[in-house]
This record gives sequence, structure tokens and C-alpha cells, in this order.
Amino acid sequence: MSTAGFETLSSFQMDVLKEVGNIGAGNAATALAKMLNKKIDMKVPKIMVMQFSEVGELLGEAEEMVVGILLGVQGDMHGSIMFVLDMDATKLMVNMMFVKPLDTALEFDDMTRSAIQELGNILAGSYLSALSTLTNMNIMPDVPSLAIDMAGAVMSVPAIMQAKASDTVLYIENEFIDGKNKILGDLFLIPDEDSYAVMMKALGVG
Amino acid sequence: MDEVVKVGMADWKITTHPGTLMTLGLGSCVGICIYETKKKIIGMAHVMLPDSLAVRSNSNRAKFADTAIPDMVDAMVLAGAERKNLTAKIAGGAQMFAYTSNSDIMRVGARNADASRDTLRTLRIALIADDTGGTYGRTIEFESTNGALMIKTIGHGVHYL
Repeated sequence: MSTAGFETLSSFQMDVLKEVGNIGAGNAATALAKMLNKKIDMKVPKIMVMQFSEVGELLGEAEEMVVGILLGVQGDMHGSIMFVLDMDATKLMVNMMFVKPLDTALEFDDMTRSAIQELGNILAGSYLSALSTLTNMNIMPDVPSLAIDMAGAVMSVPAIMQAKASDTVLYIENEFIDGKNKILGDLFLIPDEDSYAVMMKALGVG
Repeated sequence: MDEVVKVGMADWKITTHPGTLMTLGLGSCVGICIYETKKKIIGMAHVMLPDSLAVRSNSNRAKFADTAIPDMVDAMVLAGAERKNLTAKIAGGAQMFAYTSNSDIMRVGARNADASRDTLRTLRIALIADDTGGTYGRTIEFESTNGALMIKTIGHGVHYL
């Protein structure tokens, strides 16, 4: 028996999803380290299920500006994956990518936007390859799309995608560390209604 | 003493003078604000999807335009509002991402706004201001004193409806 609502997850199912998060974050730290040519550490990610009413305040204030990177998921399962980074994390990552002083102010020109999209590709690829390994499914991200706006408005998108099936969203809270700099970001995993059961079954917990 | 009550996603609230209702960071969701002009009763609904009948998981009536708006109006009437004195303003319904492979979500903002207008028409409530669409988020604040709706954005200014 399986519904598409994350609110019904058992602690065993949560553990399995946590493992996806762990391996994904590990892959992401390795990929970021390679790209930035730096040592990147990570904290064990936290996996959370949250009611819609609280979603806007996830990274702080609902009105705070954040960057959202949304990618469709194709292959043996369908859905979407979205990263949300706060402005500090975005500034840090973009400046590292362009080898600029870390406190250089962000300007959202075409170069910066494509750097952020590339970051989305790398992070999404890391998590989807973890999910792919654990499920033996063939899963790929498609083209990333950006939104730079109020946190509540950006995060309403995964919530609405999930709203047909449930009143909650599932997200993974990540923390990557470069020396004394912390990079905080949230990852939303949004399987389509039909793919939720497919994913849980492939993880052996459906 | 001004009391400000926040309305979260998939929720609606009503209040009386001198209260204020607000929603922070509306994206593709739509905020429907209804004002009782004589008794200064206000209501704000924050809907996520247009149509409860199109969805299997529809027990949360506050999530949908077609169920949230009538429920809120009923509550306003119960609180003393007269239907003939109701006017409405709506905001939100943006498209936050330029592209997604999920075609359903692409137009959900516009569909939420359409469904809100349709529901208000069915309830015979006059829609007197409409700030929907675009590609940016909105914070809205609705005042019971005069029914003014303040809309704040990042990069698109602040204005009143």
C-alpha cells in the first residue's frame, strides 16, 4: 500500500531516503571539490517533511531573496528536483567558481546565471546518481531553470507540484563547508504522483 | 492597536476592524482578499490549485480556489458580513520559473487566477482590483480600515490596490 503523501512515511522509509541524501551529498561534495579545486566537507544532511503552511519560512524569512534552481527528472521515474540557496551561499559559490574575492557583490548577469545553472546541474546530478544507484533505475535531470525572488514565492513551486497528492513537502537540508565558509542549501525532491510508488518500491520500501 | 495575522499556504483567515491580514511571498499561489465595506470585516485566502474536483487528494478545502473562497465567504457571513457589501481584490498567480518540463505547473499561476475570478463571479462578488501574472513574487497586506491592499515585490516596487 502506498500513497503519494510524505506524511505517511514510516521511520524505516525515512531512513532509506536519508541514505539517498547522504550518498547524494557525498557525491555533491566531491563534485564541488573537483570543480572548485578546493577541499569541500559536508555535514550529514537532514531530511524533513514539512507542512505547506511552514514552507515559506524554511531558509529564514519568507520575503528574503533566494535562488531556486528547478530541474525536471526524466527516465524510469518522473518528477522534479529543486535546490534553494540563500544569497550568502550563492555569492560564495559563484565567487569561488569565477575565482573572485569571496565578498565580491553578486550581479545576476548572464555569466552568473549560467554559473548557477551549472551548479544546479552538478548538484542535481549528484543526488540523482545516488538515487539511481540505490534503485537501479535510470534517472536523469533535464535543463535547469532559475528563479531569483522571495523565498516563499520560490518554494511555493515545489509545494504546488506536491499539492495534488499531499499537504507536505520532502526536503533535504544540506551544509557544505569550505574551511570557515558554510554553504547552506535545501533540496526538494518532488516525484510525480505515479512515480512516488515506483521510487519507494525500487528503494525496497514501497 | 493593529493586529497583523499571517495567512500561510493553503489557508484562509478572517478578521475584523482594526485587524490586518498578510501573506509573505506569494508566488504562483493566489491571494483572494474580500472586504465587507460596511462592517469592515476582511478575509484573505491563499490558494495553491484551481480546482478541487481535478485532484484526488482534496480533503484540505483551503488549498483550492473553488472551495476555499466559498468557505471563507460563509465564515465572513457567519461573522456578520452581508453578501451584498462584499468586494474582492486578487494578487499573485505569477510564473516563477521560465521553463519546466512539467507543463501542468507552467501555467498554474494563470489557472489559479482564472479559477479565483470564476469563483468570485459565481458568488456574485465584484472583483474591483486584480494584480496577477508576471514572473515575480508578491507580499500582500490587507487593511480592514479601508480595504486597501498593499503589494510589495523585489524589483517591481510597492503599490496599493
